[in-house]
Amino acid sequence: MATLPNQLDSITQRYGPHLTFNTGVRLATGVEPDKVVKTHCCFCGQQCGIQLKVKDNQVIGFEPWEDFPFNQGMLCPKGVKRYLQGAHPDRLTTALERDEKAAAGFRPLGYDTAIQRVASEIQRIQSTYGNEAFGILSGASLTIEKAYLMGKFARVALKTPNIDYNGRLCMVSAAAGNKKAFGIDRAANPWADMLSSEVIWIAGANVAECAPITTNYVWQARERGAKIIVVDPRITPIARTCDLFLPIKPGRDIALFNGILHLMIENDWLDHEFINNHSVGFDALAKHVKQWTPRHTAEATGITERAIRQAAEMWGQAKSSFLLHARGIEHHSHGVQNVLGAINIVLASGRIGRDGCGYATITGQGNGQGGREHGQKCDQLPGARDITNPEHRAYIAGVWGIDEKEMPGAGVDAYELIRKIERGEIKGLLSLCFNPVVSLPDNEYVARMLDKLEFYCVIDFFLNESAYHADIVLPGSLHEEDEGIVTQIEGRVIKINKAIDPPGEAKQDWRIIQDISKAMGRERGFTFTEPREILDELRVASKGGIADYSGITYEKIEAQGGVFWPCPDNDHKGTERLFEPNSWNPIAKGAGPFYFPDGKARFNVAPYTPPTEDTDDEYPLMLTTGRVVSQFLSGTQTRRIGPLVNQYPEPRIELHPQLAEKLGIKDGDWATAETRRGAITLQASVVTTIRPDTIFIPYHWPGRKSANRLTIAAQDPISKIPEYKVCAVKLRKSEAPTND
Amino acid sequence: MMEFFIDPNRCIGCQSCVQACSECDTHKGHSMIHLEYVDRATSVQTAPVVCMHCDQPTCAEVCPADAIKRTADGVVQTARKPRCIACSNCVLACPFGVPEVKVELKMMMKCDMCYDRTSVGKKPMCATVCPSQALFFGTREQLEQLRPRSTPVNQFQFGAQTITTKVNMLVPKTGKAEYIYVTAALNETTIGKEITLNILQEAYD
Repeated sequence: MATLPNQLDSITQRYGPHLTFNTGVRLATGVEPDKVVKTHCCFCGQQCGIQLKVKDNQVIGFEPWEDFPFNQGMLCPKGVKRYLQGAHPDRLTTALERDEKAAAGFRPLGYDTAIQRVASEIQRIQSTYGNEAFGILSGASLTIEKAYLMGKFARVALKTPNIDYNGRLCMVSAAAGNKKAFGIDRAANPWADMLSSEVIWIAGANVAECAPITTNYVWQARERGAKIIVVDPRITPIARTCDLFLPIKPGRDIALFNGILHLMIENDWLDHEFINNHSVGFDALAKHVKQWTPRHTAEATGITERAIRQAAEMWGQAKSSFLLHARGIEHHSHGVQNVLGAINIVLASGRIGRDGCGYATITGQGNGQGGREHGQKCDQLPGARDITNPEHRAYIAGVWGIDEKEMPGAGVDAYELIRKIERGEIKGLLSLCFNPVVSLPDNEYVARMLDKLEFYCVIDFFLNESAYHADIVLPGSLHEEDEGIVTQIEGRVIKINKAIDPPGEAKQDWRIIQDISKAMGRERGFTFTEPREILDELRVASKGGIADYSGITYEKIEAQGGVFWPCPDNDHKGTERLFEPNSWNPIAKGAGPFYFPDGKARFNVAPYTPPTEDTDDEYPLMLTTGRVVSQFLSGTQTRRIGPLVNQYPEPRIELHPQLAEKLGIKDGDWATAETRRGAITLQASVVTTIRPDTIFIPYHWPGRKSANRLTIAAQDPISKIPEYKVCAVKLRKSEAPTND
Repeated sequence: MMEFFIDPNRCIGCQSCVQACSECDTHKGHSMIHLEYVDRATSVQTAPVVCMHCDQPTCAEVCPADAIKRTADGVVQTARKPRCIACSNCVLACPFGVPEVKVELKMMMKCDMCYDRTSVGKKPMCATVCPSQALFFGTREQLEQLRPRSTPVNQFQFGAQTITTKVNMLVPKTGKAEYIYVTAALNETTIGKEITLNILQEAYD
């Protein structure tokens, strides 16, 4: 029913992406703003503090917020130009209905009529095919209040188990690994702990482009003597001046961590006191890594034996250290094993839980941390509770005022939800803060599946590319049009403040969700009048859970410059650093600092497996994908901001000159990258800063420029994260594409 | 006293400075910062260039219209609109390549160290936002505390011309130089080129 309209050109003409630049009042000098609102950036997990200047219900510019402790005024180019997403010509100010006869594929629809239609379609599908036939895709850029409401909406209003979120593409490998090793999923330390580290190990994290403000923390540690080790298939800007660069073959991280642990054991660079008293499982792991000799490790990873020994020596002998990793090791069909390998070398060193001794994954999305804690994940309930645990179910059912038996069980991950459409098990879908046809792997398949739906509703502020497939589009709210809390990269809960009202008939997303519930006659539990009321309910719902927010209020956040969770009561100031010696937590109850009944951390044997799709004669190269600094995720916002687009207008294929010479490709030539899923043609960027057996393409673009036409939908068996970081590809010189 | 320090070693090429520069109230919509890859084919190294604010500004000395003024506190300003004839003498003469003639405005514009901000005790926009703090604005005491490995240099040798600047370049304390000999450095190979080639080559072989 909801097939992609033929008039694609007219859709983009009408709905963009068009580019905005500072013009009019935003260009004028000496304009006095009506108010200056302290809030945070709408993009990545660092959630930098920023002040927005507002005049006549429009954000007209920004002023750095130097007093906010994390970034102290620093901003990346996305933060600097984010204000240009407001008052945008592409902004949706009414609901839209698919209409094949309309010039641009859609016609405006009154808000109430649109809500009625969504409600009746949900009811029709659920009464015809069962409650489970309606699915929800949500997002980790939403505030915690909204994320919490989405989980509740699925389980209480729709009674469907089928809700998942785009953190599935982002945080889940780290989350699963952290839970297995520590019993809790949160950055173990605030970033300031990095400053007194002797060694900083950065694995699969393009810090300079994906978490730019973190750069200053790394450099500041270096000023104080820290050595920096970077593991990446590309010499990224953070790697350029590091002390040791390990150019790993994509998908081989666990082999490297096992090899490092092998050398730590061989040289007795271990903290025996910590291993004996605060951990479980070391002996089995030691036995397992016996096979990971430097030679074996070198063969698997593509790093020289000399460099592996050097890394082990730097890491092994340090007195203090900080290990950071990100999607580079997590986006794999063995992403959880990679994370466990990283944690193993941290635990073996005993360097955790104190200043200068830390570990963290670099959270990707704005609310990548908080968005994965309170129930929009398919198997989770608020407070990082487990939907299959009877006690957890009973507690949350009590908070929600429903019978526990009415609460659905675990659903499936976001990609499986798409596969369920193919199998006819999902007939209707609602997505919010998620652009699956750009962001999911093998995305031409995803687009076909959206077309198979009987009904698809999208809530967004711009017509994202997935919404082209929608029957109804509801006009949602920008970050600056709502308030709520978000948990950033360090585990610090911060407050987003509202700067302006949504334009036209656009509404805050939580109001839209409540309006749908009401139209379905299921408004009980969905009658909040402001985000503060949702937070109050969440505080109760999270109480006693691992992610305990019960002591967090807007006022406390403002007074303290953020509150680190867990914060279990009103007098508690929050927990900056996890796993401090003798610290108390509700699972160990004083038995030890880690979140298991015995208070001990877990070593996990992490066996090496190659990527799902290894290279062969037909597809002899490895493709890896990632971000550029001026774009964010699927680009729904950043591809509409002129200065950011100009900074890096088109995706390019990065390849090494040695490979380029073999294929007859020169810098700037057009080249076609082809995998078993699809092919795209882009211009080549010939640089020595990438492994000669690997090509890199950034993923922020749709259609024929989309790297995710190529990527493989293989997933980690535990976390279900897709393997964005490696698949087999072939490359050839070609002509400029004509079907622009 | 707050001073401007540049440490290209820290630069990650993110262009935050370039983007923020065009948000400054004195020259909104125009960025006065140059950020270039040194040689992208072989390195991701980038170099941010703001006006060095020379004690004896060559741009002002060569200006036939006397349009470029230096404030009492040493900030070399954008050309005075009524005087500037957009002749580009300053563009050609500046040893650091800073001034730009904006054709649409028929005048030269350049970095004025965010005079509207710095003259009231704020930091310039670029140094405030810079995520790597390659652009740093602070006191000498702060610098000593935060950058113990580096030392500021503000003398540059261009052939026979010695230039002293208000803005400082940070150089490593090891191998400390009294001044930076710019013309000699032009013939040097990019540092890191051979290193990076070797690492990846070794890994691949």
